[in-house]
Amino acid sequence: MALYSNHTGRPRVRFTRNAIIFTALLLFALATIFPIYFMVVSALGDPVEAGAVSYSIFPSKFTLASFKFFFEYSEYSYRWILNSLVVAVAVTVSNVVFASMAGFAFSKLKFRGKNVLFGILLVSMMIPYQVTQVPLYILMVNIFELQNTYRALILPGIVTVYNIFLAKQFMSSIPNEILESAKMEGCNQFTIYMKIILPLSKTVLAVMAILTFMDSWNTFFWPLLITNSMEMQTIQVGLKNFRFANTTYIAPMMAGAAISALPMFILFFSLQKYFLEGVTVGAVKG
Amino acid sequence: MNTLSKVRKRNKLESDGVWGYLFIAVALTTFAMFTAYPFVSAFIISLQKYKPLGSTYIGLDNYTATLKDALFWKSMKNTVVYTILTVPVNLFISFAIAIMVLPFSKKTQSFFKAVYYLPVVASGVALSVVWLWIFDALPGGILNQVFQFFGIPSQNWLGSSSTSMFSLVLMSWLSSHGTSIIIYLAGLLGIDETYYEAAELDGANFVQKVWHIVIPSLRPATLFLLVTGVIGSFQVFQNAYLMTGGGPDNATTMVGLLIFNNAFTYFEFGKAAAQSLVLAFVIAIISFIQFKYAGKNVEY
Repeated sequence: MALYSNHTGRPRVRFTRNAIIFTALLLFALATIFPIYFMVVSALGDPVEAGAVSYSIFPSKFTLASFKFFFEYSEYSYRWILNSLVVAVAVTVSNVVFASMAGFAFSKLKFRGKNVLFGILLVSMMIPYQVTQVPLYILMVNIFELQNTYRALILPGIVTVYNIFLAKQFMSSIPNEILESAKMEGCNQFTIYMKIILPLSKTVLAVMAILTFMDSWNTFFWPLLITNSMEMQTIQVGLKNFRFANTTYIAPMMAGAAISALPMFILFFSLQKYFLEGVTVGAVKG
Repeated sequence: MNTLSKVRKRNKLESDGVWGYLFIAVALTTFAMFTAYPFVSAFIISLQKYKPLGSTYIGLDNYTATLKDALFWKSMKNTVVYTILTVPVNLFISFAIAIMVLPFSKKTQSFFKAVYYLPVVASGVALSVVWLWIFDALPGGILNQVFQFFGIPSQNWLGSSSTSMFSLVLMSWLSSHGTSIIIYLAGLLGIDETYYEAAELDGANFVQKVWHIVIPSLRPATLFLLVTGVIGSFQVFQNAYLMTGGGPDNATTMVGLLIFNNAFTYFEFGKAAAQSLVLAFVIAIISFIQFKYAGKNVEY
């Protein structure tokens, strides 16, 4: 017995019901992924001019000409991808390291002001980013003079409160007895962190790494602010340039969009479990 | 003996303390520099006519100017309209889909989860680029082709003030439900079967089960999604910036975009800071109200 009646003894009723629900789900799913389908199909089509044709939903032919067009259009096309990769990898690694360290301290160590500090961190998650962006921009540009550097792209994100929260939640469930017996054996807190906490937290660290990489790869606002030369832009910002500089060619734009989304699609299909797990971790208790 | 153990305990505590601070050192420094300092700084800047060299203190002028600014109120109104049109509808869509996915096997569920989650994974900029062409004003634009099929004449979706807001809303309806579907489905799968059994013994039908069991059980998830959804919607910037630039005639200028323009187009940092703090205040009040009213009877 469950939410849905089993219609025991009436398999036809049950089958019809499920078929109707399935069709509805499928139709809405098609509407949801249509933009992505359209992106891929147009990117693989001829680099035609907008307005010259009606955009067709079904591909007439497949060619990689649009991708070539995209990479030839700007001398920085490759550089944008490299920049995104450098920033996303740096931010991901530093988050996994520093958020796990902080999570360990907040969940397992006793020190003065711990709860107050953690409380402040949690409350700060409520601050809209618009509030801190203006002063952060002034700090980075006018005081540190880091505009247009990797440091400016990476530093503000090296460890986020959300990741600390995630790590703390997970590590709280590691039994204290294990840590105490390690202590008896003469481990100091650093060895405990390295030898016990990290190996036991692999899942949450993987979830954290993937979500952080995705956020960093897809982020648009901060790189838009802090870069002012084509050379230092990330792929997301570069794509915007492309769109405003060239409004005539759809297919190369779609090729650019596809290139910016492709790494995440590959990651998503190979590590789906972690993506979907990450959504529910820390979101809702039962 | 007693003192000895006390000393020992204190030593242990202090050494733990040192480790504790060491472990949070980087996190704390990052937080202090890139969140706490900018936050305090925002208050100071909001009271100034900001200039890179030598700002002048002007008291609450930025705030009074903001409250008198017709464009600020228009952008607030746009943001509220956008929020009301997207957040509840997206919650309803997610809830309906999560329920509809439920009778199927784990494998089918995973398939739909993946499909519905895909737009979340794609970059927002990439999606904007695609939607720009879906909304193309020419009769050959995809959406216009679809509408022509139903006999509706071509629209200048993003270029006309009567349809531009709807265009942004439509885009949200079709791409912002991935996360909430997964959270709702996790909640649904967590409901104890015995509730349904008891309800069935009492002769409850499907609608009654949804109303009396599912909806109350999913209340914490709904509250979470509602609060985060509204907070997110009030900060919306990217879609408006990339799709319409706030136009036409400021019909899609959201508060987030207005603040961005004031700061980084007109370099009115003081004004932008004041507006961002007003926004923070509004978000805090709305979140408080939601917790107070929607949060009733929610057990954590």
